Amino acid sequence: MRYLVLIYDEETANPSPAPPDPEQWAKTMGEYNEYTALLRLRGAYEAGEALQPVTTATTIRIRDGLAMTTDGPFAETKEALGGFYLIEARDLDEALELGAACPGAKYGSIEVRPIQELPSA
Amino acid sequence: MTEASAAHELVDRLFREESGRAVATLIRVLGDFDLAEEAVQDAFARALEVWPVQGVPRNPGAWITTTARNAAIDRIRRAKRLVAKTEQLGRDVALDSTSGGRWGEEMTQTDGIDDRLRLIFTCCHPALAPEAQVALTLRTLGGLTTPEIARAFLVPEVTLAQRLVRAKRKIRDAGIPYRVPPVEVLPERLDAVLRVLYLIFNEGYSATAGDALVRRELSGEAIRLARIVADLMPGEPEAIGLLALMLLHDARREGRTGPGGELVLLEDQDRSRWDRAAIGEGQQLLDRALRLGRAGPYQVQAAIAALHDSAERPEATDWREIAALYARLAAISPSPVVELNRAVAVAMAEGFDVGLRRLDALAGDEQLAGYPYYHSARADLLRRLGRSAEAITAYRVALALTTNEVERGFLGRRIAELGGARPN
Repeated sequence: MRYLVLIYDEETANPSPAPPDPEQWAKTMGEYNEYTALLRLRGAYEAGEALQPVTTATTIRIRDGLAMTTDGPFAETKEALGGFYLIEARDLDEALELGAACPGAKYGSIEVRPIQELPSA
Repeated sequence: MTEASAAHELVDRLFREESGRAVATLIRVLGDFDLAEEAVQDAFARALEVWPVQGVPRNPGAWITTTARNAAIDRIRRAKRLVAKTEQLGRDVALDSTSGGRWGEEMTQTDGIDDRLRLIFTCCHPALAPEAQVALTLRTLGGLTTPEIARAFLVPEVTLAQRLVRAKRKIRDAGIPYRVPPVEVLPERLDAVLRVLYLIFNEGYSATAGDALVRRELSGEAIRLARIVADLMPGEPEAIGLLALMLLHDARREGRTGPGGELVLLEDQDRSRWDRAAIGEGQQLLDRALRLGRAGPYQVQAAIAALHDSAERPEATDWREIAALYARLAAISPSPVVELNRAVAVAMAEGFDVGLRRLDALAGDEQLAGYPYYHSARADLLRRLGRSAEAITAYRVALALTTNEVERGFLGRRIAELGGARPN
């Protein structure tokens, strides 16, 4: 089965994020590189990306044919989506094990969601 | 008793005992909770038709599982015909790929693991909400109906039905596995299973008013399920300890209420009404668990219950040992409620004033402040110390926090007794 591992954290949600401390940044990047390597080793890696902070987000909605574009996310939240991995796992137990190994689990929270596999057209 | 009504009674009894086993096996083979449950219900309906006429088969449990398997095949065929009729072109039903060719030897265990154990670990998976774990366990393994579970937990039937549907959907769509967890996660997952069983037991054991029969059945069901887990995992001391704990508490059930259904405290109970056989079995189980050399909270609580059970008179209770066991429990599984019980045991062992000082030291705890038993325990010690006015105040706080009619009756009587006493 495929699962999306969503990484939520407070810093991404911060409206005025502090510039990252280079030392801390390097450490975090190192952890994520190791994690990606682990996923590849397990044959679980399909994709993974980090996102820019929520201050760079733009929300679009189309109502009655009119596009409404607004700055930022719709609702203020404590944590925001900061990145994701798409993984392949045998079952939820393996997906949760891999999710728990994600460095973000120590700082923020990890949401593990199964992919809805739709029949291809 | 006529042949027909005898068969009827047997079917009822078997349903409780065997439906969980049949459902567990069919879920493994079919990979579908709903289909498994429906097929097992079909099989029991068929038993009610056939057994009174043809007689009861030699192995009724195996008959049920085989008949349920056939009923499932019928349902799959009918579903397929329906699909054909509605001319859904191309794709065959998904059922086909999960069930085709997996009958036969797969119906019997292949790896020596009882399917009921797989099922209980799936039902108590931490990815499911706790209340869903409880409902699903009772529904699939216990064979309780949705209305029965709803009544026992005082939730609307619709709510409970939705809870079950959501849980089953999550098991399927999120890929919750159907297996006994591997050894590296087994301890925490077994904890979750035992917690669910203990919760079911307590719900049935607590003197909450309402349908007494349903509650008795809940406790009985928890004991039955705990017995299965303990039998299937004989190397797990806490599983055995939980079964012992349940038996040692349940043994006092008859003594806990008076003729009018009123609450009778431990020290006032007629100990001849306690179930000696259950106490004996509980003590044996506890000894077996303790010999495995890994004591845990259930074993310690069972040891406390065993000390109460083995006291022939209230004065013969070994309160010193009980207080020591609560100290041990506080060390391995600390909680304000454990401290409350410990204070009461200390009061009985070392003096009411010593216990009361311990209780007063817990006064700042938020959880205990809203916990009626904290206030009734304090009230009881104040009463024993002759401090009636303070006792009445504490009983009133407990009364205000209690919704259970049986317990309210008890607290009301205590207040009346103290109010009648002359100040000295």
